[in-house]
Amino acid sequence: MTKHRYLPLTDQDRAGMLQAIGAASLEDLFADIPESVRFKGKLNVSPALSEPALLRYMRGLAGKNADFDRYACFLGAGIYDHHLPVVVNHIISRSEFYTAYTPYQPEISQGELQAIFEFQSYICELTGMAVANASMYDGATALAEAGALAAGATKRRRLVLSAGVHPEAREIVRTTAKGLGLEVVEVGCEGGATPAAALAAAIDGDTAAVLVQSPNFFGVIEDIAAVEPRIHAAGGLLVASCNPLSLGLLEAPGRLGADIVVGDAQPLGIPASLGGPTCGYFAAAEKWTRRMPGRIVGQTVDREGKRGFVLTLQAREQHIRREKATSNICSNQALLALCASVYLSLMGKEGIREVARLNLQKAHYAARRLSAVPGVSLAYPAPFFNEFVLRLPDHVSIPELNRKLLERGFIGGYDLGRDDPALKGHLLVAVTEQRTREEIDGFAAGLEELL
Amino acid sequence: MKETTVTGNKTTGAAQEAAQQTQQNRPAGTVVQPLIFELSRPGRSAYSLPECDVPEEKDDSLVPAAYLRKRPAELPEVYEVDVIRHYTALSRKNFGVDNGFYPLGSCTMKYNPKINEDVARFPGFAKIHPYQPEESMQGALELLYNLQRDLAEITGMDRVTLQPAAGAHGEWTGLMMIRAYHESRGEKRTKVIVPDSAHGTNPASAAAAGFETVTIPSDSRGLVDLAALEAAAGPETAALMLTNPNTLGLFEENITEIARIVHEAGGLLYYDGANANAIMGITRPGDMGFDVVHLNLHKTMSTPHGGGGPGAGPVGVKEHLAPFLPRPTVARRDDGSFYLDFGGAESIGRVKAFYGNFGILVRAYTYIRTLGPEGLKRVSENAVLNANYMLKRLAPYYEVPFNRPCKHEFVLSGSRQKKRGVRTLDIAKRLLDFGYHPPTIYFPLIVDECMMIEPTETESKETLDGFIDVMIRIAGEAEENPEHVKNAPYTTIVKRLDETLAARKPVLNCSCGG
Repeated sequence: MTKHRYLPLTDQDRAGMLQAIGAASLEDLFADIPESVRFKGKLNVSPALSEPALLRYMRGLAGKNADFDRYACFLGAGIYDHHLPVVVNHIISRSEFYTAYTPYQPEISQGELQAIFEFQSYICELTGMAVANASMYDGATALAEAGALAAGATKRRRLVLSAGVHPEAREIVRTTAKGLGLEVVEVGCEGGATPAAALAAAIDGDTAAVLVQSPNFFGVIEDIAAVEPRIHAAGGLLVASCNPLSLGLLEAPGRLGADIVVGDAQPLGIPASLGGPTCGYFAAAEKWTRRMPGRIVGQTVDREGKRGFVLTLQAREQHIRREKATSNICSNQALLALCASVYLSLMGKEGIREVARLNLQKAHYAARRLSAVPGVSLAYPAPFFNEFVLRLPDHVSIPELNRKLLERGFIGGYDLGRDDPALKGHLLVAVTEQRTREEIDGFAAGLEELL
Repeated sequence: MKETTVTGNKTTGAAQEAAQQTQQNRPAGTVVQPLIFELSRPGRSAYSLPECDVPEEKDDSLVPAAYLRKRPAELPEVYEVDVIRHYTALSRKNFGVDNGFYPLGSCTMKYNPKINEDVARFPGFAKIHPYQPEESMQGALELLYNLQRDLAEITGMDRVTLQPAAGAHGEWTGLMMIRAYHESRGEKRTKVIVPDSAHGTNPASAAAAGFETVTIPSDSRGLVDLAALEAAAGPETAALMLTNPNTLGLFEENITEIARIVHEAGGLLYYDGANANAIMGITRPGDMGFDVVHLNLHKTMSTPHGGGGPGAGPVGVKEHLAPFLPRPTVARRDDGSFYLDFGGAESIGRVKAFYGNFGILVRAYTYIRTLGPEGLKRVSENAVLNANYMLKRLAPYYEVPFNRPCKHEFVLSGSRQKKRGVRTLDIAKRLLDFGYHPPTIYFPLIVDECMMIEPTETESKETLDGFIDVMIRIAGEAEENPEHVKNAPYTTIVKRLDETLAARKPVLNCSCGG
């Protein structure tokens, strides 16, 4: 191979450059790599394709997947099929944004820095918290980092974790806790919610934090206000993980007494993409500002007094503190934080409420409609936002049901039995603003026929 | 929301200035762009949502009023053109690889191919759900499977997890596997050895995985000091974390000896893949003796940095660490179908929700398929050639702490210019005036006034020469007119920013809701 469209050096360039270096051949430049570790022969990796052939091949692979444009999605469980306003993709396709690195040189990165500052502002406004960072890998790792912050801040070793938290997030909290030598106590759900009394009973003088999710994994809105006095009386922190889109309608957790609010911004204009990349957000009360993980952008002025933005409070971070850093994280999901910012800019004060209301209304219509199917009932009588649990007849195999629903053009719900055998026959269904009444009725009819 | 609700002392001055400048109709890019919140006018909207086609009920009949928001979130009220112009204006105040040369050492700011972007946006990749039935995501699983296999081949490892979201996340994942490996053998090893030239993430990741860090010095040639390593390695050693080529851009020539020392002490070798752009098809971590390796796909595999993320940090391991891989990985059945393999009881568990940053993995696989084995090797050759060419041409003008062939990057010291009162930071700022992104500065910590330069293979000789000429010019300015360099930049939309003020009195959001 001599020519490639990404590689500019011609044979003549190479020869001239080698001569300038004073090397006889390219091989001279690699002479310091011992012969015993040199790779001989050709890497056995997938072969190169021309651009047209590659597009055809990739389209073929993509075509084997059932996508939301062709199937009506009733699946949620942490990733949702929301409308992606067309403007979002146009903005994040500006290559000044997407081909930039972390804004280390603020003079030529004011666009990114201001966008992140606005993202932080948006997150504070939605969550009712004083400070937010530039974003995290995803909602699950943000929750794990919140537990780590709480343990560091309180100098305590125990995390009380609600079983209403997404099972993958719970697993990540446990993996992270193991690394840090923390203990995790899990409190089970009753009727789809975490009983405040059971949480209270699990809290003691060594509890760093209570970690709850609302709406929780079962779609149920948790009573955060009921947990607040108990954990605070014990001197621990209240960590809430929240779907940010629901906060267009639901009370800001900051006003319910949460000390740290985290979540995943995927519902805010970020494609599902098989679950990633998404964008975690992390917001906290002001007193924890200097303990927050990740990048933070702050406002300042330049030499001429002009407003500008910089990465700030970097004394917390790994490149300065090394092993004493608040976290090892050194990136954020900047481009996806930008998605969320553009989404929230488009939605505005009215739109965010309206989209949350549509989710609420359509999900409740669907819950009424689906629970009217013979043999199907709503599993929990608790309040919910855009997701709810259906109890199906005992004999039903949910994987089988979902395969048949797929044939009818529906991506079915989440089989709760896969995480908890006690929840066999329980189907978690999500209904966003994207679902039409016709699709909901069709889904109900399909379910009725298949049962 | 009115501008006056943008709390007075924080932003009003800037808002007024912004408004005035807008009125004066100055060219975009030179004005302070108002915050999106400052553009808000009650009654404007930029959204388009579907009709509510289901019978509606009152919100508080569905959800108890106590759970509902008492006060709406104070988001801005703007229309679609405002949004487009606002973010377009912001984009014009930002510098990416598409804007120009970006020789940021250890970050591998190569060209981000456009086909990667198009492919990742195919609905069959962008609009799919991680929990949909396996048979309805066979194309995605096939792609992940192929990528696992290709990355294993490139690194010389046996198995790969694609789950970690970034390099630092990969480091932590690898260290958690190393910890689980030692524990499974009934050994409690608590220390991770890290050279003083290592990335700051190495010790931070070690701490997050519950290890203590032992830092060892580099020798006068910029390489691991073998005697120091020998002294540090022992029964408590869990692992050595090493970047190779190291952060000075130098290949650790004694790598087999290093591996022997660590392995004989019972420790494992961790490869920080930040610098893998130098080695594809030339040498492999697995063949050097490494047990675990992470790759930064946003460096070596051309996926865009996105202004700070998202990236992806897959981890490869040798067979003896395979049982500890995070779950799930992707496997292939005899009938050719693909499935998610949730592993055994020894897995360290999950490290990230779902299956990793799939959208980034699609881009990386697309990249591999544009180059193939010969192309990838050519990438590394040209990256190394470009770096050596720059080093050679710049050597007369800047101090070269380690004067021998480098790999894909090299370091210079601004110590000569420092004697004239010009710091490396000043040189970096002066480069901005010529339309270049500066190199990484003040890293590695072991080189005084360090500049770490990584050109990558996607830059032409003309681009390199242009940058070199400017660096030579700045070296001359440092001699003849140091003040001129110290006051740079002159042409950027803001001048040097007051970082002390930002940290001392943090203003971290616009307090729009009061």
